[in-house]
Amino acid sequence: MNVSETTTHSASAMRALWNDVSSERREIYLAAFLGFLASASAVALLGTSGWLIARAAEMPPVLTLTVAAVMVRTFALGRGLMRYLERLVGHDAAFRGLTTLRVRVYRSLESITPLGLSRFTRGDLLARLGADVDTALDLPLRVVLPWVQAGIVALATSAFVVWLLPQAGITLAILAGAAVLVWPWIVGRIVRRAEGAIAPARGALIESVIAIVDAAAVLTAYGARRPATRALAVRDAQLTRAETREAGALGVGAAVGMILQGLAVTGVIAVTVPRVAAGEIAPVWLAVIALLPLALFDVLTTVPTAAIARERVRGSAVRLEAITEAGEQVTAGQLLPDEAGGAEDGIEPFDSLQVNSVRARWPGAVDDALIDVDLRLAAGERVLIMGPSGSGKSTLAAVIMGFLPYQGSVLLNGREVSAVGSDHVARTIGLLSQHAHVFDTSVEENVRLGRVDASLDEIWSALERAQLAEWVRSLPEGIESRVGAFGARMSGGERQRLAVARLLLAQRSALVLDEPTEHLDRETSLDIEQTIARETHGAAAVIISHQVVEGVDRIIEMRAGRIVAEGSHEELMALDGWYAQQVRRQREGQRMLDVMQQLPVGVAVAR
Amino acid sequence: MVIGVITAGLVIWQARLLSGVIVDVTSEGATWANVSGAVGILLGIFVLRGLLAWSAEAAAVRSSARAKRELREAALDHALALGPQGPAGRDPADLSALVTRGVDALDSYFARYLPQLVLAVIVPIAVLATVLGQDLLSAFIIAVTLPLIPIFMILIGLYTKRRVDRQWRTLSLLSGHFLDLVSGLPTLKIFGRAKTQAEAIDAIGDRYRSTTMSVLKITFLSSLALELLASLSVALVAVSVGLRLAEDQIVYSVALFILVLAPEAYLPLRLVGQHFHAAAEGLGAADRMLTIIETPLPVAGGTRALPQAAPITVEGVVVRYPDRPESGSAPVTFTARPGTVTALVGPSGGGKSSLLSALLGYLAPSDGHVTVGDIDLSELDLDQWRNSIGWLPQHPPIVDAHLDPEPTIYACVDVGRGLAEDDVRAALTAVGLLEEGAALDRRLAADGSGLSIGQRQRLALARAIAGRPQVLLLDEPTASLDGDSEARVIEAVQAAARRGAVVIVVAHRPALVDVSDQVVLVAPAASQVAVPQPAAAVSLPGQRGW
Repeated sequence: MNVSETTTHSASAMRALWNDVSSERREIYLAAFLGFLASASAVALLGTSGWLIARAAEMPPVLTLTVAAVMVRTFALGRGLMRYLERLVGHDAAFRGLTTLRVRVYRSLESITPLGLSRFTRGDLLARLGADVDTALDLPLRVVLPWVQAGIVALATSAFVVWLLPQAGITLAILAGAAVLVWPWIVGRIVRRAEGAIAPARGALIESVIAIVDAAAVLTAYGARRPATRALAVRDAQLTRAETREAGALGVGAAVGMILQGLAVTGVIAVTVPRVAAGEIAPVWLAVIALLPLALFDVLTTVPTAAIARERVRGSAVRLEAITEAGEQVTAGQLLPDEAGGAEDGIEPFDSLQVNSVRARWPGAVDDALIDVDLRLAAGERVLIMGPSGSGKSTLAAVIMGFLPYQGSVLLNGREVSAVGSDHVARTIGLLSQHAHVFDTSVEENVRLGRVDASLDEIWSALERAQLAEWVRSLPEGIESRVGAFGARMSGGERQRLAVARLLLAQRSALVLDEPTEHLDRETSLDIEQTIARETHGAAAVIISHQVVEGVDRIIEMRAGRIVAEGSHEELMALDGWYAQQVRRQREGQRMLDVMQQLPVGVAVAR
Repeated sequence: MVIGVITAGLVIWQARLLSGVIVDVTSEGATWANVSGAVGILLGIFVLRGLLAWSAEAAAVRSSARAKRELREAALDHALALGPQGPAGRDPADLSALVTRGVDALDSYFARYLPQLVLAVIVPIAVLATVLGQDLLSAFIIAVTLPLIPIFMILIGLYTKRRVDRQWRTLSLLSGHFLDLVSGLPTLKIFGRAKTQAEAIDAIGDRYRSTTMSVLKITFLSSLALELLASLSVALVAVSVGLRLAEDQIVYSVALFILVLAPEAYLPLRLVGQHFHAAAEGLGAADRMLTIIETPLPVAGGTRALPQAAPITVEGVVVRYPDRPESGSAPVTFTARPGTVTALVGPSGGGKSSLLSALLGYLAPSDGHVTVGDIDLSELDLDQWRNSIGWLPQHPPIVDAHLDPEPTIYACVDVGRGLAEDDVRAALTAVGLLEEGAALDRRLAADGSGLSIGQRQRLALARAIAGRPQVLLLDEPTASLDGDSEARVIEAVQAAARRGAVVIVVAHRPALVDVSDQVVLVAPAASQVAVPQPAAAVSLPGQRGW
C-alpha cells in the first residue's frame, strides 16, 4: 500500500468513525454553537474591555460607559456558562455516539464469529479493541468540536474587524486562517512523521520488555540480569531519542503559534495606526483592533492540540474499520453467512449427520485441513476422534458446526449445513470446547445462557450434574456470586464444569465435544471427562479428545487431514498406530498414579 | 524555573509595550513612525516567547524521558529480582504493559503538568506584583480571586471525588462488559444468544450515559468555577479601571496596561487544570511501579560462601503462594546428596514447582528450612548459589543475555556465563541436539520457531547442564519428548549425577522415577492423592513391585 492509498484509507476510516460517534447530529450542532458562544465571549470580553477603557480615556459622561460595562460582565459570565453547557451537551452526544459505535463493532464481530473473530480478539488485541473504542470519544470532544469553534470564531472576529477597518480585518483573517488550517497541518505532519520513527522504537522496546519479563527467572538464575537490563537500556535510549526529536518538532509547532499571534497583533497595529493618523477611523477603535487578535489566538491554541488528538484517533479508526470490513466480507461470501434474521431460540431434535467426502481449508491457509473426510452419526451414537495435533480434528468440528466453508456435503437431519447456517446448527448440536467463555456475571446467569427460560431448579440440577453445586454453595453469595472477568475467581476445572452445566441445561440431543479439557491437568481432565460421559449418555456425540474415552461406539483416527483408521478399540490396538501409542502412554500415566498412591506424603523413600 | 521567570518577564514587558503603543496613538496622537520601533520590539517578544516555548517543550520531554527510563529500569530490575513468584511470573502481560504504556502515561505528568505548575506559581505572582505597583484596587481584586481558584477546585474536587471514582469504575465496567461480550461471542453464538446482546450493549450504554452525565454535571462545575472566577475578575478589573478612568482617578496608560496584563494571571492556572486529570493517571502508574520497587525480596540472601559438594537438606518445608494461603503442601523432608537423583512426584498443583522455587530462593518457605551443607539458604550468597544451579523450569523460555531478536544457539545455552564452546557442544551432544544439526552459530528466531517443542525443551535442558553445575533442578525434563529423546535426556541426567551433581527432578513419567535414588511425594496437606478411575476401555498392566 503506498502513502496516498494509506491516507485515503485512513480518511475513509475517520469518516466512518465520525458517522457513528456523531449519530446525535442535532446535539453535536448545539454543542458546537454553545462552544462558539463561549469562545466568542472570551474574545468579546477583551475587545469590549479595551473599548471601555479607550473610550473612558476620552472622559465621556459615565453614563455612556454603562452599556459597555454591562456587556463586559455579560461576556465574562457567558464565557464560563456557555463552556459548561457545551461540555455537557457535547459529552452527552459523544456518549450516545459511543454506544452506536459499540453496537456496530459488536454486530460486525458477531457476523464473523467464530472464524474471523480470532484475528481481533487475541490477548493484547482485545485490550486494544477496548481502548480503540474508548478513544473514539476524542473525535467529537477533542478534535471536531474545538476545531469547528476555533474556525467560526476566527471567521466572526475577522468579519467584525473588516467591518471596522477592511485592511486590518483582512490581515487578521489571513493570519487566523493560517492558525486554523496551516498550523494544525504542520503539527499533524510532524506527529505522523515522528510516529513513523517512534512506533518501531517503541515496538522494539516492548518486545525486549516482554522477552525479559517472560524469561525473568531464567535470566536471574543464570546471572544474566545485568546484561539483559543493559540491552534494554540501549533500546530505551533509542526510543527516548525518537521522542525527543518529536518534542523538538512539536516545540516548533508551539513557537509557530506564538509567532503567528505576534504577527497578528503587530500586523493589525501596523495597518491601523496610519489610518488613525489619517482620521479614517476613530482612535478608540485601535484598542479594540489591537486586543482582539490577542484574545482570538488564546482561543486558537486548542487547534494544534486537536491536530495531535486527530492523529491518535486515526490509528484507532483504521483498526476499527478493519473489523467492519471483515464483517462486510461475510456478505461478499468469503465466510459463511448466518441464516438471515435467524430465530435464535428453539431446539430441534437430532436425527442424523452425514459428512460426505468433505474438503475444507482455513482462510489464508495454503493446504486443505480436511481431505475426503466421511462420517456418519446416527441418533444416540458416540464416535471418538483421535489424532495428533494438526490432524484436522478441530477442523472437522468447525465444519459440522457450520463455522467453516467446505466442499462436499454435510447433511444435518438431511439438510445441507452450509445452506442453513451456524445459528441453525446450534439449535440441534451443542458444542463444548476448551474456549467456553465464562462471563463476568453471576453463576446463575452464566448457566442460564444454555436455556434462557430455565427455572432456578433446573439450573441447580444442571450444576449438580456437572458436580459444581457444592462449590457454588460454598460461595459467599451462592448462585448469585459474580465469577469475575473471564471467570477470574474460578479455577480452570471449575470454569469447565460451569460450561458443562450450561451445556447440560441446553438439552441438545447431539454434541460435539472438541477437546474440552485439553488445557487442564491430567487428574482434573479425567474427572471432568467422566462427568461429561456420564451426564450426556444417550445423546449422539462426536468426541474429539487427546485421551482414550470409554463407552464409545466407534473410534476414528485422523492424520494430516485424512481418516486413517476406523473401528473398535481392539481393532485399532491391533493396527498399532498412533492410537495404540496413546493408550500405552495413558497406561504409563496410570502407573505413575499407582506409584504416588503407595508413597507417604512429604518424606523420601529410597529405592 | 528559569524558563518560568523569563516567561513572566516577557509577559509583563509585552503587556507594557502593547498598552504603551495603543495609548501613544490614541491619546498622544503618535504616528506610525513614532511607534514602529516599539511594535518591532513587541513582535520580537512574541518570537522570543515562541522560542522559549520551543525549548521548554524540548527540555520537559527530555527530563520526562529520563525520569521514565529510570523508573522503568528500577521497576523492571526489581521485578526480575523478585523472580517467578513476583509480578514477572504472576502476570507478565500486566507488568509489560505497566513498564511500557503505563510509564508513557507519566509524560503528561512530567512533560505537561509539572512545567505548567511552575508557570502557574511564578507568572500569577509576578503579574500580581506588577499590578500592585500600578493600582491598588486592581491588585486587590486579583489577589482575592486568584487563591479562590485552587480553593474552589479542591473543594469541588473533594465533593465529587467519591462519585467520580465510582464513575470511572463504571466506565471500566462498561468497557469490560463490551470486551467480555466480544470475547464470549463464540459461546453466545453456540447458544443462539449472540444477536440479542447487541440490544443489551445499547441499553447498558444508555444507562451508563445517564449516570455519567449526572456526575459530569458536578465534575464540570470545578472548571465552570475556574472559568467564571477568571473571566469575572478580568471583567471586574476592566470595569473598575474604566469607570475610574472616566472620573480621572487613574492614568490611561496604567489602566490599559492592567487590562492587558490581568488575564495573563489566570491563564496558567486554567492550563494546569486541563492537565490535571491526565497527570493523575500517570501518577497512578508511577505508584504501582513504586510498589513493585518497594516489595521486599522473598529471600534476601546473606554473604556466606557456598560450600563445595554439599548435600541439600529440605526439612519440614511448606511453601505457599503469598496470594493463595490455602495452596500449601504438606511438610516435605529429604536430603539430596551429591551424586544422587531425587525424584519429586505428586498431583499437579501439589507444590512440586513451588518447592523448586524455594530451593532457588524465589520463594521463602512459610515453614521449615532449606540448608546447603550446614548453611541455611537465607544466609548464602544468593547470586553464587544460583550460579551453581542448572535450572530447567516448566515451559522454559529460550533467551540470550542481550535480548538479541535472533540469538545464536551458543548464546541461548550460555546466557552470558561465558562458557567454553566445548562445554556447550558437550551439553548439546548430551541431549542429542548437535547431531540434529544444531551448530553453535545457528541463529534462532525470537519466538523460537524453527525448533520443535521437543527441541526447545532439550535446548533448555542443555542450558541447565552446560558448565557442569553443582546442582541440577529439573522441572519435568521429559515433558513433550518422544521415546528416543526421553531415553537420551534420562541418560544425560544420570551422567550429571555420576559426575557428582545433586540432581532434583520433578517427574511425571515412570521412566524418570525408575532411575532415581529416592522418591518424594509432594502433595497438598491432609489429602490422599485423588486417583481418578481409569477409562474402562484401557486394560492396565499389573503394578511394578517397589
